[in-house]
Amino acid sequence: MADLLSQFLFIFTSPDFYAAVLRLTTPILLVAMGSIFCERAGIMNIAIEGFMLMGAMTAVVVTYYLGSPWLGALGAMLAAMVLSILFAVFVVIIGTDHIVTAVALNVLSLGATSLIFRRIFGAMSTTPEITGLPIWRIPLLGDLPVLGNILFNQSPLVYLAFLSVPIANFFMFRTKWGLNIRAVGETPRAADTVGLNVYRIRFYTILVSGLVAGLAGAFLSIGQTTIFQEGMTAGRGYIAYTAIVFGKWNPLGALAGAVIFGFADALQLRIQALGMGIPYQFALMIPYIFTILAIVFAVGRVSWSAAYGQPYRRVERSVD
Amino acid sequence: MGEMLRLDNITKSFPGVLANDHISLDVQEGEILALLGENGAGKTTLMNCLYGQLKPDAGQIYWRGRPVEISDSRTAVALGIGMVHQHFMLVPVLTVVENVSLGLASTRGLLLDLEHIETRLNALSQEFGLEVDPRATVWHLPVGAQQRVEILKALYREIQLLILDEPTAVLTPKEVNDLFAVLRRLSARGMSVILITHKLEEVMAISDRVTVLRDGRVVGTVKTGGTTPHELARLMVGREVVFDVHKPPLKPGKTVLEVQNLKAVGERGTLALNNISFSLCEGEILGIAGVDGNGQRELEEALCGLRRIREGQIFLHGQEVSHCKPDQLHQLGLAHIPSDRLDRAVAAKMTVEENMIASHISKPPYSKRGILNLKAIRQFAQRSIREFNIQTPSPRAAVTTLSGGNQQRVVLASALGHQPRVLIAAQPTRGLDVGLTQQVYERLVQERSRGAAILLISTELQEIFRLSDRIAVMYRGELMGIAPVEKTNVDQIGMMMAGVRLEQWRDSLP
Repeated sequence: MADLLSQFLFIFTSPDFYAAVLRLTTPILLVAMGSIFCERAGIMNIAIEGFMLMGAMTAVVVTYYLGSPWLGALGAMLAAMVLSILFAVFVVIIGTDHIVTAVALNVLSLGATSLIFRRIFGAMSTTPEITGLPIWRIPLLGDLPVLGNILFNQSPLVYLAFLSVPIANFFMFRTKWGLNIRAVGETPRAADTVGLNVYRIRFYTILVSGLVAGLAGAFLSIGQTTIFQEGMTAGRGYIAYTAIVFGKWNPLGALAGAVIFGFADALQLRIQALGMGIPYQFALMIPYIFTILAIVFAVGRVSWSAAYGQPYRRVERSVD
Repeated sequence: MGEMLRLDNITKSFPGVLANDHISLDVQEGEILALLGENGAGKTTLMNCLYGQLKPDAGQIYWRGRPVEISDSRTAVALGIGMVHQHFMLVPVLTVVENVSLGLASTRGLLLDLEHIETRLNALSQEFGLEVDPRATVWHLPVGAQQRVEILKALYREIQLLILDEPTAVLTPKEVNDLFAVLRRLSARGMSVILITHKLEEVMAISDRVTVLRDGRVVGTVKTGGTTPHELARLMVGREVVFDVHKPPLKPGKTVLEVQNLKAVGERGTLALNNISFSLCEGEILGIAGVDGNGQRELEEALCGLRRIREGQIFLHGQEVSHCKPDQLHQLGLAHIPSDRLDRAVAAKMTVEENMIASHISKPPYSKRGILNLKAIRQFAQRSIREFNIQTPSPRAAVTTLSGGNQQRVVLASALGHQPRVLIAAQPTRGLDVGLTQQVYERLVQERSRGAAILLISTELQEIFRLSDRIAVMYRGELMGIAPVEKTNVDQIGMMMAGVRLEQWRDSLP
């Protein structure tokens, strides 16, 4: 018992642990910040899981052929955006059920990424040699004791993810577009009568979620590592969705949600690494248990607007 | 005074329905035009065509003499047409200013310019007497204030023609007077108003001219000064209308339903019912009046076993039933005509006979040890179809294929089919035409003569006065008082609807 306690103490006092928390928070946070706008516009978007996976695969392929991880990241964003266009066409224009469509796309994405990757690289066990995204050590700040290594010696995408929170918050609550997005999600018909284009706003916010989810996927495959594995997102899209719900569709709240999951993920990795007498399967469960707990405690106080997750149809038989 | 708007032969059809059939009308500058018609006459469809929400199949709209095409609401607003829908087009979680700003260009580019809007909004509300707090969140506001926000939203966009769709349905009599004062002020400034309504007394009170619609056609346009409510009713319905319900004198039996200090919580976690107490006798109709949303729905649910009770007790035939389930209440002879037909009263995709029998299904002869007796069910359905004159191709037709009126007949057949001893009738004539409304009234009076105790929850004051033996008024979840119908009047009930207690009213009398 005392042994276990000292091992946890070791984990929580190590600066590396906190650096890992930031690293592991990053993909979840990025996806959440990209997706929060379409969520606010009324789209229940769990297709971000598939967008992310498509981004992760594309990033490796493009980096391999063009030799630049930056182009790889760009390719990931575009590939995920293509998938998001498909999602938007279905849920916004045709008006299909958001969840069913997203599940179909996620399954498609899981199959397609494996297929494409194997067609290109064969079913070999060794993965192609590529260079991943660099680490940026911020001058001066990076030299701070302890904090320097945790905060300022990271991948540029880590900085981007955390900077995106105030940006998203400002955009959502201080700008015209943010207000329009919130109105469209809350009461689409009212938004329509004042001349807002519900379809266009929902379509574009989905594209944004695709672009950003692609980048988050790239972070997984060429930011943290330099490999692609089947299904490597491992539910991070769903966890990002949970973070948004947990944060009541507010960027700052979603940040809190994402950090909790990043923390859980870092913790389970450490527990696995240290052995600690806990079977690794249990360690692997930790982030998902956190997800369930978060939803259990959050959902009770979540109020969904009536229009959330519902297709919008403009012309209906008006009853008078 | 010039012509502001003219509709020329507007035609709009939906699958199977010709909602607007060559409708022509015109509105002059500064005029208040009433558009009168029953539910389903095509009033709202016509206005949605005018406001760009629907595209007419044929016909032409002229704005100040010029032919115009209105493809969406934005175009309508740009021309100067504003509309206050029956169900408000406001975003409840946003503030008043934010709602007004939606869809407008900002003076600060991408950034919001709410201060600027607030200043102009305050000026407008002063000018027209539309008092409202610009920083309040819309869902906190009472309905009357939300309506003022809708009007302000239109005025902010500098409209010249304001369309109001059934604006008084949610207002107390005093608020109706305030609204009419605002409309007169608009008209005095050369703005025009189209008032959609099915209430004759409003037409007489406020309009300059009336265009009457029936079955999607214009059946007449008359000057209000030169007509009578009776003539308008005949135009609207297409035949002579008898307004009176013959009601035999009250012969109250013993008390069957007693409610004591009832408290229940609403959807938002606030107290929706507070200390409700009343009793109801055999052979009596107790009317519950009040502006929509003052706890009527929660009361209906609490009495029918659909909402949990926090405090207080309900007795049915002297037996406590405060926490009984709906089917137990059914067994004790309680029947329910729900206020929300599609949501609560019928399962739209199931058949007529299934719907009629649903609340009696566990009783013999309709089932025995869980096995349905299809023959008995069919017989009951056929008998009810005859008795209630339900227009349906067969007992096996899905309810959704019937018209709204016939759906309501199915609901009545289900509720009244087994001679209930207590009937909770919530908004029993909502959405019905005058003819069917009359039938429902007669049927309720018949049930009363038979000895049923009836609780009539209705937002229609006329209905309450015509049917009730006693009238109770709900305001913010409380009963403001109960008065016998012959000892009260519309003014008194109206004050109670606005939150004045019966005792206070009595004290204020000289």
